[in-house]
Amino acid sequence: MKKRYSLKSLDTLPITAISFITTEGNETGEWRSQRPILDPEKCNRCGICWMYCPDNAIHAEGGAFQISYTYCKGCGICAKECPRGAILIEKEER
Amino acid sequence: MKEVISANQAVSYAVLAAKAQVIAAYPITPQSSIVEMLSGFCATGALKAKFINVESEHSAMAACISASAMGARTFTATSSQGLALMHELLHYASGLRLPIVMANVNRALASPFNLKADLSDSLSQRDTGWLQFYCESGQEVFDTIIQSYRISEKLLLPVMVNLEGFILSHTYEIVDLPEQSQIDLFLPPAPARECLDVDNPCMFGSTTDYYINFRYKMHQDMEKAKTLCNEVDAEFKKVFGRGYDLFSSYLCEDADLILVTAGTIAGTCRVVADHCRAKGMKVGVLRIRMFRPFPEKQICEPLRKAKKVVVIDRDFSPGCGGIFAQEVKAALQGFDSRMPVYEFIAGLGGKDVTDKDIERIIEQTHNSENPGESTWIGLLR
Repeated sequence: MKKRYSLKSLDTLPITAISFITTEGNETGEWRSQRPILDPEKCNRCGICWMYCPDNAIHAEGGAFQISYTYCKGCGICAKECPRGAILIEKEER
Repeated sequence: MKEVISANQAVSYAVLAAKAQVIAAYPITPQSSIVEMLSGFCATGALKAKFINVESEHSAMAACISASAMGARTFTATSSQGLALMHELLHYASGLRLPIVMANVNRALASPFNLKADLSDSLSQRDTGWLQFYCESGQEVFDTIIQSYRISEKLLLPVMVNLEGFILSHTYEIVDLPEQSQIDLFLPPAPARECLDVDNPCMFGSTTDYYINFRYKMHQDMEKAKTLCNEVDAEFKKVFGRGYDLFSSYLCEDADLILVTAGTIAGTCRVVADHCRAKGMKVGVLRIRMFRPFPEKQICEPLRKAKKVVVIDRDFSPGCGGIFAQEVKAALQGFDSRMPVYEFIAGLGGKDVTDKDIERIIEQTHNSENPGESTWIGLLR
């Protein structure tokens, strides 16, 4: 059940802060100052970037890997780990 | 049924009687025999609980937090460095308002290394939002664990039950283990509370700008704990014929000098108080059982009638002094700021605090006009 809480008084506050959106609603891509670009020509689909991504922001789709810019914080671990140099880091333009 | 068991075994029997559903722990001396026995209960099926082996105390508390957030009655036990490693998650457990019960077997913190009794480990966790009890006997340990589940499940705050390493944890004495049917009546399955639900995912403890409000509510409930603990204790007394209150007071009514301490030192203090009384000195003993929340009003009632108050701490805060002494002084401030409080540090790292030590403490206090700095007992000359 999804209860509704009122934040108007101490008495109606829930026991702890509760968020019903789960972490999926936390779009961490907004934090990014650099953007990884995956070159599908160079990628051999080894999956190392997918394995190393600390935010599960790389998804396997139809045998290829896609970076989700909704969640990617731009840490650059995927680019560092890619044995083929298939991921390049660019400055994020906003 | 009366059994001769150690206080660590009393903890294990209490958790068995409380029918804990999830136990996660990492072994550490002098706590290990608690979870060793519990894992045995789980292996034989005597206790139908999930026993989770983890790689650290940090993970043990994380597992308890998750299990408790799903609604399970949980338990863990630790000591010293293990408790220190849990520190971060202790705040999570209380902030998420989870009724976790933990036994902490008090042991000195490194460095230098020492495996024996010292209350500094749990006292350094005083601001984590956990209720804290300090026990004196195996029976009290058993009873306090049972009471703690009742208290924490009503209050939705975690409880830490403390017992001194070896001096209490490994001492065998008679403990009355009540009939399971009696325990079941006193401690029924936990009342319903808001838990995580896989069908309706949500996140507990999310980022909020209402933070100060949640902390205030936690403080309010901590304050309520004093009344609740007394109520639970009174009910316990009715069923089992034993009770403990928030503190125990011995010959305090007419005492000129009151010895304040926690844990096992109190027993020796009472013997010395009897000797003093025989010689015409009016000495009383006040043992603080509940440290968080601190029962300041309750302890000040007997203390403010005395002429001098002595606090014996098996713990200390470097650069400040005995931790109980600081709390007692702060509590007295609200009633009579001029009460002289004499601070003594004794028994760190499991050092024996003997009747002779306590006699010397009383003599020094008796002969001194003002408290001055804290005195350390048993140092090299």
